[in-house]
Amino acid sequence: MPGLGRTLVTGVIGSDTHIVGNRILTMALEEAGYKVVSLGALTPAGEFIAAAVETNADAILVSSLYGQGELDCRGFRELCIEAGLQDILIYVGGNLVVGKQPWEEVEQRFLAMGFDRAFPPGTRTEDVVAILAQDFTAREKVG
Amino acid sequence: MNAHAALLIDFGSTYTKLRAVDLDEARLIGTGQGPSTVRTDIRIGMRAALSDLEAKLGALPRFRYRLASSSAAGGLRMVTIGLVRELTVEAARQAALGAGAKLVGTFTNKLTRSDVEAIDALAPDIILLAGGTDGGNTEVVVHNAKMLAQIKTDAPIVYAGNRVAADDARELLAGRSLTVADNVMPELGKLASESARDAIRQIFIARIVHAKGIDRAQEMFDDVLMPTPAAVMEGARLLADGAGGEPGLGELLVVDPGGATTDVHSIASGESSSGAIQKGMPEPRIKRTVEGDLGMRHTAASVVEAAGVERIAQQANISVAGVGAMLERIAENVEMIPQTPAEHAFDRALLATAIEIAVRRHAGTVETVYTTMGPATVQYGKDLTRIEFVVATGGAPIHLGDHDALLEAMRSAPSDPRSLRPRAPHLYLDRDYILYAIGLLASVDPQTALRLARRSITPADRAKEVAQ
Repeated sequence: MPGLGRTLVTGVIGSDTHIVGNRILTMALEEAGYKVVSLGALTPAGEFIAAAVETNADAILVSSLYGQGELDCRGFRELCIEAGLQDILIYVGGNLVVGKQPWEEVEQRFLAMGFDRAFPPGTRTEDVVAILAQDFTAREKVG
Repeated sequence: MNAHAALLIDFGSTYTKLRAVDLDEARLIGTGQGPSTVRTDIRIGMRAALSDLEAKLGALPRFRYRLASSSAAGGLRMVTIGLVRELTVEAARQAALGAGAKLVGTFTNKLTRSDVEAIDALAPDIILLAGGTDGGNTEVVVHNAKMLAQIKTDAPIVYAGNRVAADDARELLAGRSLTVADNVMPELGKLASESARDAIRQIFIARIVHAKGIDRAQEMFDDVLMPTPAAVMEGARLLADGAGGEPGLGELLVVDPGGATTDVHSIASGESSSGAIQKGMPEPRIKRTVEGDLGMRHTAASVVEAAGVERIAQQANISVAGVGAMLERIAENVEMIPQTPAEHAFDRALLATAIEIAVRRHAGTVETVYTTMGPATVQYGKDLTRIEFVVATGGAPIHLGDHDALLEAMRSAPSDPRSLRPRAPHLYLDRDYILYAIGLLASVDPQTALRLARRSITPADRAKEVAQ
């Protein structure tokens, strides 16, 4: 169980009500042994961070499906730093932008914003679980 | 005079108040009042109140219960500490307010050395330390326990933070009076204040009553059970929920405007009546808010400031300069009782304004967010729109009359559609200031307390008829 003893915060950011994908991801993460604090739809950025502080979370996984993700996620890493979570792992995934844009560019934009990983639409939950385990292991080695 | 009577005492900050209740009839048989003498010798005020009661009754009955609440000597002054403002800081505040405390300080995240000095200067009666969900953040709550070990005051500490850090806190605070209670927020978005509230109440009974010198009068009563605001809340809960199979009024709101603050209690689930998506902190069904800037006397100036001087002037039908003069007169004598028609009108304007703002702050709000699926309504706080009964207690609502204006003030208004205040409530009056006594009596005889409540707390329009 890669997730044993670790806490994750999940939710759908901004004015976005698309909860289904986030629920499926949450279930997969719980199955992998993580303790998941699920904030649900319509969650402002500040609430992800407040929840992560209080629960001492190891990572925040942000979903965005309605194309406004870039606006909603702007300053997310800075908010984390402000709250003393400078090293927390943050992921984002979903339909992050409007229109047809090359995924590599979109990914670069989110990585530049301070996200550790960005996932395109159609990502399988088992891939997220595997990458998460990999990132945690890498951090343990460094730490 | 039969022996089936109860004496319910409120050691208040200004008065010592007595309510004598016939337990067979569930009826108020007399009231007595004396000064509050807790700072010199509490027995003096108590004796004065008893002789006042005796004069009214002819002779004092033998009391089966003699129970007291107290808000004397500054009330139960508490400092609360949490981690995140919207989460455990708020949960700790809610727990303290629910225990009937007066919050004198709220601290967020790591305590600094100046915070420790500030806490010493505040000299609270009890400190509530929260922070972290169970298994969540331990660093901050452990740091704060370490810092609290340095305070000079010997205020008892209630630990209601992350369960995982409780042993560390116990070690760090060894030698101090420490009670470990359940976490006020065991998991994110879940409030659990009962355990902390019980701990606070136990400390209140065991230590604070003595520290404040209330137990000097202990041959005159059996127990001081709780702070007065907690007794009012218990009374409200009984009136709403009923007892022993007998129904209460159902969900309700209590407004209690005082000289310095306005308290609002809601006994209501607060769930959305329109299918809005609820966000933010969960709300306790029994919720108390205290507005420290909305009072009829000590804080009259800030009521005027909050509403705008022109509005108060217009409501009271006096000039703007007249409002200033009134405020000066009140500042000179905070025990001023209105005499002239202008003073009455001014007090009515103050009262309606204080209640309006206090209820608006207590009630939740809705906001429309535009999603790709169309507009969605998000609710923060409690939806009180369906509340049918509002009980007004305290001297001002009873003596100032004009109950239609009070109802108007607390009702939802088309000009403020986001506020989830009661839509069409009925106003009930606690004419005999008996809600605290009902709360005290509920602890020993809830059925009689409920009958007493149903009999004494009556619709405002009926009260008007009685008065005429």
